[in-house]
Amino acid sequence: MQKLTPTIHRMTFRQLITRDWRLYLMLVLPVAYYLIFCYKPMVGIIIAFQKYNLFRGIAGSPWVGLDNFKFVLNMRDFSIALRNTLLLNFMNLLMGFPVPIILAIMLNEIRNSSVKRVSQTLLYLPHFLSWVIIGGMVLEIFAPTTGVVNSLLLKTGLIDSNIPFLTDGWTWRFTYTFVGIWQSMGWGTILYLSAITGINMELFEAARIDGANKMQQIWHVTLPGIRTTIVVLLILNIGQMMNISFDKPYILGNTMVRDFSDVLSTFVYRAGITNAQFARATAIGMFQSVVGLIMISTANVITKRMGEQGIW
Amino acid sequence: MTSTKKSLSGANRKKSVWTLSQIILVMVVGLFVLTCMLPFLNVLAISFSSKSALLRGDVSFWPIGFNTDAYKMIFRDASMIGSLLYTIRITVIYTAIAMVLTILMAYPLTKKRLRGRKFFNLLALFTMYFSGGTIPIILNIKELGIMDTQWALILPAALSTFNMIILKSFFTALPEEMEEAAIIDGATDFQVLMRVYLPLSMASLATLTLFYAVSKWNSFSDALYYITTRNLQPLQLRLYNIIKGSRAVEITSVEGSAASLSQSVSESIESASILFATLPILVVYPFVQRYFVAGVTIGAVKG
Repeated sequence: MQKLTPTIHRMTFRQLITRDWRLYLMLVLPVAYYLIFCYKPMVGIIIAFQKYNLFRGIAGSPWVGLDNFKFVLNMRDFSIALRNTLLLNFMNLLMGFPVPIILAIMLNEIRNSSVKRVSQTLLYLPHFLSWVIIGGMVLEIFAPTTGVVNSLLLKTGLIDSNIPFLTDGWTWRFTYTFVGIWQSMGWGTILYLSAITGINMELFEAARIDGANKMQQIWHVTLPGIRTTIVVLLILNIGQMMNISFDKPYILGNTMVRDFSDVLSTFVYRAGITNAQFARATAIGMFQSVVGLIMISTANVITKRMGEQGIW
Repeated sequence: MTSTKKSLSGANRKKSVWTLSQIILVMVVGLFVLTCMLPFLNVLAISFSSKSALLRGDVSFWPIGFNTDAYKMIFRDASMIGSLLYTIRITVIYTAIAMVLTILMAYPLTKKRLRGRKFFNLLALFTMYFSGGTIPIILNIKELGIMDTQWALILPAALSTFNMIILKSFFTALPEEMEEAAIIDGATDFQVLMRVYLPLSMASLATLTLFYAVSKWNSFSDALYYITTRNLQPLQLRLYNIIKGSRAVEITSVEGSAASLSQSVSESIESASILFATLPILVVYPFVQRYFVAGVTIGAVKG
């Protein structure tokens, strides 16, 4: 028993090791993983301040101060990528954020439990598909003339000519946004559904006795009950505005809409790998990481100020 | 008396299940569900349809000019089957390594007595909010000498901090008394982990295994960054090249007509390949999906 209860006097280092060496031994492999694959690349960021040469390495490459940043921030493609990143994330937030909330409330109201379960199972499915697969489906479904959407619309006479879902810049942005909402809406309901489950049933009971109908119950009990979850997720989403995945815009984009689909992640890849501009691409990545870190920390502080549990 | 009452209220409940508003509600939710299913039906229909029907744009959700040529082509192509087996192997090795690392990190961090626990916690958490970025990570893989080997697909993401936190909160929720009892019986930390904690955490271990396996099965960018040798390419990259190859003509051409000819030749093969790469997920999905909701909720409650 003595081993487990926290002792009043400070244990010596030797005593600690004798007691817990197995726990430290367990940590060796995962910590090595973090150091080699997460922290070592962070050290590698310093090439953003160098005229980096792959063969000379970090030690042999000359320092250039902030030259890479100055160069990159003045690039036309950089401002396009930055604007597209923010715009696509903003469109996704504006149109996509309410969808899982509405869906969760509707799912919660379904009385037949097997209908509910089957619906949930099917709604979660897109979350488990890769963007390559989704991208392939999108290309087939939205293709001009032969794609099912255009061909059905043309045949029913709702449109006279193809909708350029994938080839016109602004239309592409909406295609991108809706595909994103489609992919994540079902999965997004999980947190809201568990928040709804946490609402005290007596509140619904009381509202019913007071004569509230279903809509009034949703408005006055369900929504206030999940307000915390909504606010926290909203703030965290805003904090993530600078971050954009690579797979989704890279796969859904194409050469015809490049000025609309090129985002920071794809721009970094093109500059760094395709054009071998390692230092400059690293500078863009660092800019993104630092701004992203500031934004997410701010979001965290705000959630804590509001009396909510932050993310760390 | 009580039994009649029970059956009466039961009958009442049954009657009240399908009110008009319930039917409308189920129909609205059904529309959302339908959007999740129709793309599959469309791709399935295309994969079984004839070229001429595809060219006319006749195929929507039912195959026209039914044939299985596309699937025959895929299964005759030894490299596609090889790629499937290779991707399964990578996924299995990755998932095994990732689960071991996740357990080894999560377990000690739940022990309040562990000196330096805060430090190790921070070491892990920080990586969720800051990273070296794409290029330094790729250069790191180069320096480690695992570029263009299967280890470049396995090691770089072998521990997800998010998953580790899910497991950690699950471990924390288990009663401490069990550990104390085991230690009194002379068990070491390893034995406590193996005989007490892991057997009690099967549901969340299953969830995490699924998360890791799916993420590896679906991962694309790591293969794009690190792999150039053709027979080391996983299925997703192979599929991407098939799709990109067959669509390059169409995207650059102006609407329809001549260009769609060369495009539709491979359209059913493309669809069949998409389903081929999705099949393993669709097969496993119904069996494991009941586990993961619990897993996600645990992780969210205490992040």
